Amino acid sequence: MTYDPRLAVDICGIHMNTPIITASGTFGFGEEFADFVDLERLGGVMVKGTTLLPRRGNEGVRIAETPAGMLNCIGLENPGAEVFLKETLPRLKKYNMNVIVNISGSTTEDYGTLAEMLDVDGVAAIELNVSCPNVKEGGIVFGTDPVAASAVVRAAKAHTKKPVILKLSPNVTDIVMMAKAVEEAGADAVSLINTLMGMAIDIRTKKPVLGNITGGLSGPCVKPVALRMVWQVAKAVKIPVLGMGGISTAEDAIEFLLAGASAVVVGTANFVDPSVTMTIADGIAAYLDEQKVAHVNELVGALQA
Amino acid sequence: MPETKKENHITEVIENVKVSEGVWHITVKAPKLAQAAKPGQFVQVLVEGAGLLLRRPLGIAGADAEQGTVELFYRVLGKGTAKLTGYRAGDSLSILGPLGHGFDTSAGNVLIVGGGMGLAPTKFLAERLEHCEALLGGRNAGELFWTKYYEPATEAMHITTDDGSMGTKGFTVAVLPELLATGKYDRVAVCGPEIMMKKTFEICREQGVPCEVSLEKRMACGLGACLSCNIDSTDGRRLHVCQDGPVFRGEEVFA
Repeated sequence: MTYDPRLAVDICGIHMNTPIITASGTFGFGEEFADFVDLERLGGVMVKGTTLLPRRGNEGVRIAETPAGMLNCIGLENPGAEVFLKETLPRLKKYNMNVIVNISGSTTEDYGTLAEMLDVDGVAAIELNVSCPNVKEGGIVFGTDPVAASAVVRAAKAHTKKPVILKLSPNVTDIVMMAKAVEEAGADAVSLINTLMGMAIDIRTKKPVLGNITGGLSGPCVKPVALRMVWQVAKAVKIPVLGMGGISTAEDAIEFLLAGASAVVVGTANFVDPSVTMTIADGIAAYLDEQKVAHVNELVGALQA
Repeated sequence: MPETKKENHITEVIENVKVSEGVWHITVKAPKLAQAAKPGQFVQVLVEGAGLLLRRPLGIAGADAEQGTVELFYRVLGKGTAKLTGYRAGDSLSILGPLGHGFDTSAGNVLIVGGGMGLAPTKFLAERLEHCEALLGGRNAGELFWTKYYEPATEAMHITTDDGSMGTKGFTVAVLPELLATGKYDRVAVCGPEIMMKKTFEICREQGVPCEVSLEKRMACGLGACLSCNIDSTDGRRLHVCQDGPVFRGEEVFA
């Protein structure tokens, strides 16, 4: 297929037909959306968080709708890296899409092991999930401590030739410091934001709505926070920033590009409108026409502040 | 059986009326969906309103391929369903579907067992089966407004209410052993409260009658991506109601 060359970007050496990626945990392995989306037209698919061993995820209620958003506490349910490599990845070949594998470990070594296992054809890049708020071990510690996060980046980089993207948690005091630390440790890009930790209570039963009590907040309600963080981080680092958090429309996506994101990542909106990424791509193209801008790259960081 | 293409249908509301206390019946014009829908499958309805985000999963309660119409029932439970009651004839409603796997509609005499909103998807099943009877349960006669939909679609109706205001007094499953003992049913299809489905499956197993159950779980996408509608299979696998179900063989999910 040929695509609008004005939307094509190169991120860490990965050719993307559009600067629109789908977020881990919101788009399955991509194939679930094949009826709705031209997967090749996407910049990439960040597949469901993968761990060394299969994980069953959390028990009890896993989602709750909140005003203009949702909470989730899935708990990294996934078939494990071996099954992903043996069964899923070969199946994804036919879609001709950039497969970005989101990985999670319980120890720093896990990230190295996973990065090495995934250093194979068919994987475009690795995204390090150091900020899953819904698992007890590891997770959040790596995401809130710059030393631990840097160690994870080094472990991954030492074991793969693929670009390594670190996904930043918003649940920190200073996200810029985290971004700078992982850039220095060798991360090829950062993606942000992961979900904001939140909770909901059923006042009739006086119990938490979620089985895990707390969960990650996503959707349109987090967008202003995400946009602010992307803007701050993009000013502070030289590596590409992949911006995400509540993006549901082309206008949202353009805001993130103007704030300094080299590409945008769409998450929760896929649940509401499974073809939303295509609508966003069309909308960005229309904006380029309207603004008489020759290429989407010209929007990146073009905020006049 | 090739899977039908999932699609977002921009439908037009034909009618949206209250049929009982807190229960509404909505009919929409959706020719392609009406063609594709199979009993037991569900759709994801997008109710637009301030602060609302996710779609609402609803079982397909009827599909008329000739008229190009699809029927749904919903109980007003929260902000989304309350907002849905405000949709009027001519309004546009975005409906994603058909989703999931439905009931066995092959030949045979089927006993449909249902209670509460579970009677919505099994109504569609009754309409598509050549031979079926229905065992309908509710708390009182008022909850059994469903009989008017089941009467033309079934060969016989058996009714129970908790308070005895209609049919036999007592739990729905109490009359099941007797019905199954007649030996005239090839299989059972049940949708209702989980305890009713589990009991129904157990009684069917004792009598050696195959039983399909239709499960309900909170979900965001309905497409197998959000992984919120997880259940455990009896052999220890994680299943997802939206993709692996919502209709399961009883023994897959109930021990």
